[in-house]
Amino acid sequence: MTFLDYAPAPESTAVLSLRASYGLFINGEFVDGRGDGFTSISPATEKPIAQFSTANDADVDTAVIAARRAYDRTWSKLSGSDRGKYLFRIARLVQERARELAVAETLDNGKPIKETRDVDIPLVAAWFFYYAGWADKLDYAGLGPAPRSLGVAAQVIPWNFPLLMLAWKIAPALAAGNTVVIKPAETTPLTAMIFAEILQQADLPPGVVNIITGAGATGSALVNHGDVNKVAFTGSTGVGRAIAKSTAGTGKKLTLELGGKGANIVFDDAPMDQAIEGIVTGIFFNQGQVCCAGSRLLVQENIHDEVIERLKKRMSTLRVGDPLDKNTDVGAINSRAQLDRITALAGVGVEEGAERWSPECEFPTAGFWFAPTIFTGVATSHRIARDEIFGPVLSVLTFRTPAEAIAKANNTPYGLSAGVWSDKGSRILAVADKLRAGVVWANTFNKFDPASPFGGYKESGYGREGGRHGLAAYLETSGWAAPGRQADRPKTSSKAISKGSQE
Amino acid sequence: MTLDHPVALAPAERAVQLIGGDLTEKSLRLHLEGLPGVDAVGLEARAADLGTRSIKTTSKAWALDKIISLIDLTTLEGSDTPGKVRSLVAKAMVPDASDAATPRVAAVCVYGDMVADAVAALGSAHSAGRDDGINVAAVATAFPSGRASLSVKLSDTADAVSAGADEIDMVIDRGAFLAGRFGLVFDQIVAVKEACRRTDGSYAHLKVILETGELTTYDNVRRASWLAILAGGDFIKTSTGKVAPAATLPVTLLMLQVVRDWHNLTGERIGVKPAGGIRTSKDAIKYLVTVAETVGEEWLDPHLFRFGASSLLNDVLLQRQKLTTGHYSGPDYVTID
Repeated sequence: MTFLDYAPAPESTAVLSLRASYGLFINGEFVDGRGDGFTSISPATEKPIAQFSTANDADVDTAVIAARRAYDRTWSKLSGSDRGKYLFRIARLVQERARELAVAETLDNGKPIKETRDVDIPLVAAWFFYYAGWADKLDYAGLGPAPRSLGVAAQVIPWNFPLLMLAWKIAPALAAGNTVVIKPAETTPLTAMIFAEILQQADLPPGVVNIITGAGATGSALVNHGDVNKVAFTGSTGVGRAIAKSTAGTGKKLTLELGGKGANIVFDDAPMDQAIEGIVTGIFFNQGQVCCAGSRLLVQENIHDEVIERLKKRMSTLRVGDPLDKNTDVGAINSRAQLDRITALAGVGVEEGAERWSPECEFPTAGFWFAPTIFTGVATSHRIARDEIFGPVLSVLTFRTPAEAIAKANNTPYGLSAGVWSDKGSRILAVADKLRAGVVWANTFNKFDPASPFGGYKESGYGREGGRHGLAAYLETSGWAAPGRQADRPKTSSKAISKGSQE
Repeated sequence: MTLDHPVALAPAERAVQLIGGDLTEKSLRLHLEGLPGVDAVGLEARAADLGTRSIKTTSKAWALDKIISLIDLTTLEGSDTPGKVRSLVAKAMVPDASDAATPRVAAVCVYGDMVADAVAALGSAHSAGRDDGINVAAVATAFPSGRASLSVKLSDTADAVSAGADEIDMVIDRGAFLAGRFGLVFDQIVAVKEACRRTDGSYAHLKVILETGELTTYDNVRRASWLAILAGGDFIKTSTGKVAPAATLPVTLLMLQVVRDWHNLTGERIGVKPAGGIRTSKDAIKYLVTVAETVGEEWLDPHLFRFGASSLLNDVLLQRQKLTTGHYSGPDYVTID
């Protein structure tokens, strides 16, 4: 044994006190779902974790009714500072139970404990703290005087950052005065249910947040329910497109955060060692299962060979394996289906003629694993340069001039994220200005902060989450009225527009 | 300095091979300024990430013994006496009297005028070129400030070498470096290296102290590291221990990256010595992790990596006793020096 074969340092699961089965969290209580139950497994071992309920149409209806009642009777009548108190309380409880949440998330999702402990859960708390602060300051959010809440928000979130995406959705919705029905992904419902316990601990009024579990049919029933005012979805572009179609003309306010094929642009004057780290963080963080992953590396042609050589050496030091081990850098793929998709697309890359490379990895016998992989010699026309793989697979392309880098980076149906690496500040600003992506990181990648808005261009979706901008998705601003509330409001929007045009 | 009158520098072998035979202040400057920049935020984030490695059980036991074997046990005080040095040497030879399996440290590090006392106290345990003994390292060149004429620095060095020092820890002229006089710093290192030459033609090992706390930027640290290697340094060392901040994990990581790049370029292995400020086993283990994951495990060897430290040893001994016996003892169960 050598020193680098660090002795196992597993995080204990003793901190968890899981139930054998979880119901739906509706109106402040756990109730059984009326659909067929399902089991969530640990993707690192394929062992079952717990049973979960499926919400059928009737359950969805119950949840929306509970949310509507809570909105009408309680939440919309509370002052902003009182809403803020609940959010602060939730944030503190998340911090108190951080270790438990981190272990549960790693168990259910397969991502390394290092990430849940140091990134996911601290950000969850940060998101609630941040929006708690906004709750009584909505007048100053730049959305006009006294912006009004929308009503009931239907939220559907993905499996890649289960609890963090829940926080991104719930925190601004509650701060703005809405009530929520949220559906976590069917492969990662565990932390949402622990979060439901936290809501009980926080004594949040019943019905303000309702958490229902199930697969696509449950999500579809939720977003298509007639009495929701707002739909927020994070997930694949295909599902997002379907939601946009089905909500069109209903008056529901919609925000979508969809796929991406982020370009990570490395210029020849980049801080080399940090750029290599950034490339690794960009594509191997969370096994590459990140919508804003830097999955296309655009490297200036004159440093291509050096970058690839250094990148391969660095990738050889990545520790792939048991996500609960504190020294694991790359964990398990979330599900068999996702693993199959990654495997198939990687196969396409080889067929298309790109050169595939992975470091040697020893995998556990059970579970879903995919070695960190890079493809060199990728052309912009290859599918691996265009399709979102959503896995630890990097496509490497080259460019010669800043103009070419910008053109190639923008040449994608997506537009969620990009990275620029250069020691020259003026170049970073000039390039970032021309990139059509919602987030552009400079000399870093995959960094998140609740104060910073996040969202996409083009097929990556619309609307922004985070920051002051994130509030706009959950507030009625001038010229816009929520369905179900139009009756009790004079129609001022057309006047406002004609007034504006006279000025 | 113009193209018409290039200032020729001492033809140090490494620099000539890399930069070319017409080695001048200008060619050296162009070379150093052509090194890639360092992004401070990214460097510090990487160091922090390496610092989260969890080293347990068997790995921890191995690490603790390794740390002891990499220590340059140091006393560098104006109040040093032959008695203090003898005491230090005794501790170096038998760090923990309650456990004979405890490894010895790599070297003792003293001021030049204490070298003879250290050599005498070591007796047969003095390595004197052998691999199994303890080295004597001497700080030289008007340590810690380096503010003296070259001739004073050279005789300081030569004195220590003739008194039996196996290793010389020199300081660079930070003032000259910050003023952009890279050639002057370079020539001085080359000259001190030559002063390390013994009468039999062999050389004392040269550690070049950059005093990174005075260089203040990571770009400067990278350039100074590269410069020290080009001029012939066997080791690059962070600090004197007399300036705060002394060694930090990001600075050490950066110097290890330079050493790794040098090895990739030339096949030659240069040592790294963080010194000052590393007081706990927990911190020292972070450095071992950083070495292993940056340049590779082969660098965890006294020829290629050292800790310049004094109080670190006792914390490691306490941790070692805890691993052996299963319970914590206390500061009175290890000797103060």
